[in-house]
Amino acid sequence: MHLAHYLGLLHRAQGNLAEAFRRVGEAHGDEPDVALLCEQQAQVCDRHSERLSPFAERYSEEAPDEPDRLHSELFRGTRTGGIGLLRDLQDLYLMAAECDICWTVVGQAAQGVRDRDLLGVVTTCERETTIQLQWLRTRMKQAAPQALVVAG
Amino acid sequence: MDRIENPWGERTPYGPGERWPERVDQHLADGLGDAGVDRWVRSASILHSNGDALDIAVKDGRIAGVRGRATDRVNHGRLDPKDLYGWQANNSPDRLTRPLVRDGGRLVETDWDTAMDRVVERSRALLDGPGGWGHFGFYTSGQLFLEEYYTLAVLGKAGIGTPHMDGNTRLCTATSAAALKASFGTDGQPGSYTDVDHCDAIALWGHNVAATQTVLWMRMLDRRSGPNPPAMLAVDPRTTPVAREADVHLAIRSGTNQALLNGLLRQIIHKGWYDSGYVAEHTIGFDELAGVVDAYPPARVAEICGVAAADVERAAELIGTAERLLSTVLQGFYQSNQATAASCQVNNLHLLRGMIGRPGAGLYQMNGQPTAQNTRETGADGDLPGMRNWNNPHHLQQLAELWNVDEMTIPHWSPPTHAMQIWRYAEQGSIKLLWISATNPAVSLPELDRVRRILANRDLFVVVQDIFLTESAELADVVLPAATWGEKTGTFTNVDRTVHLSEKAVDPPGEARSDLDIFLDYARRMDFRDRDGRPLIPWTGPEEVFEAWKACSAGRPCDYTGMTYEKLRGASGIQWPCHAGAPEGTERLYTGGVFNTDPDYCETYGQDLSTGAEFSADEYRAKEPAGRAFLHAADYRPSPEVPSDEYPLLLTTGRTVYQFHTRTKTGRAPELNAAAPDAWVELHPADAEPLGIADGDLVEVSSPRGTIRVHARIGGVRSGVVFVPFHYGYFDVDPDKRVPRAANELTLTAWDAVSKQPIYKVAAVRVTAVPDGRE
Repeated sequence: MHLAHYLGLLHRAQGNLAEAFRRVGEAHGDEPDVALLCEQQAQVCDRHSERLSPFAERYSEEAPDEPDRLHSELFRGTRTGGIGLLRDLQDLYLMAAECDICWTVVGQAAQGVRDRDLLGVVTTCERETTIQLQWLRTRMKQAAPQALVVAG
Repeated sequence: MDRIENPWGERTPYGPGERWPERVDQHLADGLGDAGVDRWVRSASILHSNGDALDIAVKDGRIAGVRGRATDRVNHGRLDPKDLYGWQANNSPDRLTRPLVRDGGRLVETDWDTAMDRVVERSRALLDGPGGWGHFGFYTSGQLFLEEYYTLAVLGKAGIGTPHMDGNTRLCTATSAAALKASFGTDGQPGSYTDVDHCDAIALWGHNVAATQTVLWMRMLDRRSGPNPPAMLAVDPRTTPVAREADVHLAIRSGTNQALLNGLLRQIIHKGWYDSGYVAEHTIGFDELAGVVDAYPPARVAEICGVAAADVERAAELIGTAERLLSTVLQGFYQSNQATAASCQVNNLHLLRGMIGRPGAGLYQMNGQPTAQNTRETGADGDLPGMRNWNNPHHLQQLAELWNVDEMTIPHWSPPTHAMQIWRYAEQGSIKLLWISATNPAVSLPELDRVRRILANRDLFVVVQDIFLTESAELADVVLPAATWGEKTGTFTNVDRTVHLSEKAVDPPGEARSDLDIFLDYARRMDFRDRDGRPLIPWTGPEEVFEAWKACSAGRPCDYTGMTYEKLRGASGIQWPCHAGAPEGTERLYTGGVFNTDPDYCETYGQDLSTGAEFSADEYRAKEPAGRAFLHAADYRPSPEVPSDEYPLLLTTGRTVYQFHTRTKTGRAPELNAAAPDAWVELHPADAEPLGIADGDLVEVSSPRGTIRVHARIGGVRSGVVFVPFHYGYFDVDPDKRVPRAANELTLTAWDAVSKQPIYKVAAVRVTAVPDGRE
């Protein structure tokens, strides 16, 4: 059973996203809403990781070796300025999107193994990841015209 | 009676369901009697948000006093002490009477053509080229008239096409609008001031009504001193007059409103004090709300909020067992963290208990400024006019047709740029022209050192339109002298949707012009045109603008189509919506439990309360609101700034009853200024004693943003929290002798995720004694 691998993928993706939220928040301290909400959402990711841990352990015993090229690296550091903010938020968006699709996949597997506890975690966390995507989209929509058309 | 000594005057007790007795308050210039007044001119107050009707006394072409209008539905003749004395500022010798322009680093007097040419020349250059609209920011007020805001909104949205429009209403009333939209689908106060006459309980949520709306407080006090008085709950970290009057006072730790409300709602649900029939029929979201609040038993709430669990239970019983509950909400909630979420919980309380839309069961999400309601309605705060939804293509199309412009011109691609973001763009340099009307950000915005730095940047072209040389005007490139209340005609609307006409009583001083005339002049000089090449803004005076606004408001919640200037000159005060189906206006909204949440009608498709993430039309439709209200739930989160070893106390800012805003007017009225001439800091004795601070000592209050030097007052606030009034700036101090005293030197740049209202009520500070600071 390969569920443990996807749980591992999701767990690491949540950890990476938490780290990226924190670094983007610190890099854009002059945008107080970004700084504040990035820290808030990093904590949401931390909580997701914590809630995944017991399931990763539970299923790891039945797992064969990890397949090749399982993990991806989407984040290579922060940028500065108006377009820099936009690109950093876009990185976060793509990382959150990876988490989002992982929740879907893990949720399907949870149905397959009839694990109600895991399904409960997926349902809650998936909703919170959707909010992250919606917030990033909202903030980028606001910033884009000024950064791409107006600013010199 | 001395109205400085007793701001609320004599009691006129009355019982439930009775008419509030009349009491006419009046003040005339020294030596002037009624017989000497040349004429009385109809108006209403603009020194607070209550909307008290009054008549202006004119003597020899000058304003010489005021008298409350007995027949008006709002005040029954009473006036706030600020109104009794504040009119004297109109006659102040330091009024701006000529335009000023910056030459060689100094502001020098000039004529209107020269000043306006500078503004227009810069505007034309900035508009030239793609994205030119994005170089403009308009930062207005809660103190102009409806006609002025609407003209500004059309000029900005259809003339220039910029989303960068907001007002200082963002600082005072944005959360009111956001919470009403979130719960009920659109802006618009459900209640009526007459709910005070009928209620059996009043809950004041972060609302020091005794200082902010004294006439509303008089009405409450008169009920309290009559037969069968209403019970009263006050939530405020300070021992305000409201807190002293209340039967239950919860002096909660600043920044914990959401935890308290979750706990109170939990009690309401657990004790079965909610109306399950109303909830089932008229609301969405009960199960989620019940789930979230279940984690807030009284003991946990007591711990977070720093109050006794038994008091939380008493408060819950007071609001849970009332039969006609009236709630009012203001800055203690709006300017705190989780502002929208906590204000929505008050809406939830009324929805759970079915306490909405009938006499006594009222809800006021208050406004801070006299005409803030109009800033919101007309879209001068960035919203689309007429409470339209920026995300609804049909609403956009209505405006494009009304104004006969290409809908691509009207900014609609994202939520409007809120004030704090406008200032950020100005700081970054992409906004290059900032036009400030009737407000004083150099005293009223958070983190003043930053605000002054932005205004002083020579690359930012700053236009300030005001009646005095304010702290902000001192830093402007062009200063335009404006006329004010009593010197111009227009309408405005108060918290309970009452519209008053304020007529011109006297000419403005010197060359000063009404704000409307200034905006119209700019539109003419910029030659804004509609799609057929006709002038976009063809109006010449306030009544024409009012008629145009009526067309814009038709069919929307704030429908003015049944009003005319003539009608407003008749019965005093008409509540919108007023149209053919309700020609005398509408006292209460949502009387049938049907809310404005229909997807085609609502003002927003909703936002996530913790992040402000916008939901899409499809997501909204999937909830099938069908006229039901939303019960929003949110967990408590601590404020972005909490006490530390270095800054162990929490600062909250607020008002004194004798001053308004940044004292531009009240600081020039001798009686008011003498009553509250300087800033101070209030400390609890337990916080003051270890610091060696006694009453009257000069102390320093410091935050990571700055330090102020003010005198200490011991008492009046809970332990761990200090209070500084926000009114005091520097205009009346010689520039060489200015010592920092503005509360906003200390406050932080942070805001609520949904309403974008800055957090003025929660900042970490330390207080230290000043050596030799004892007189």
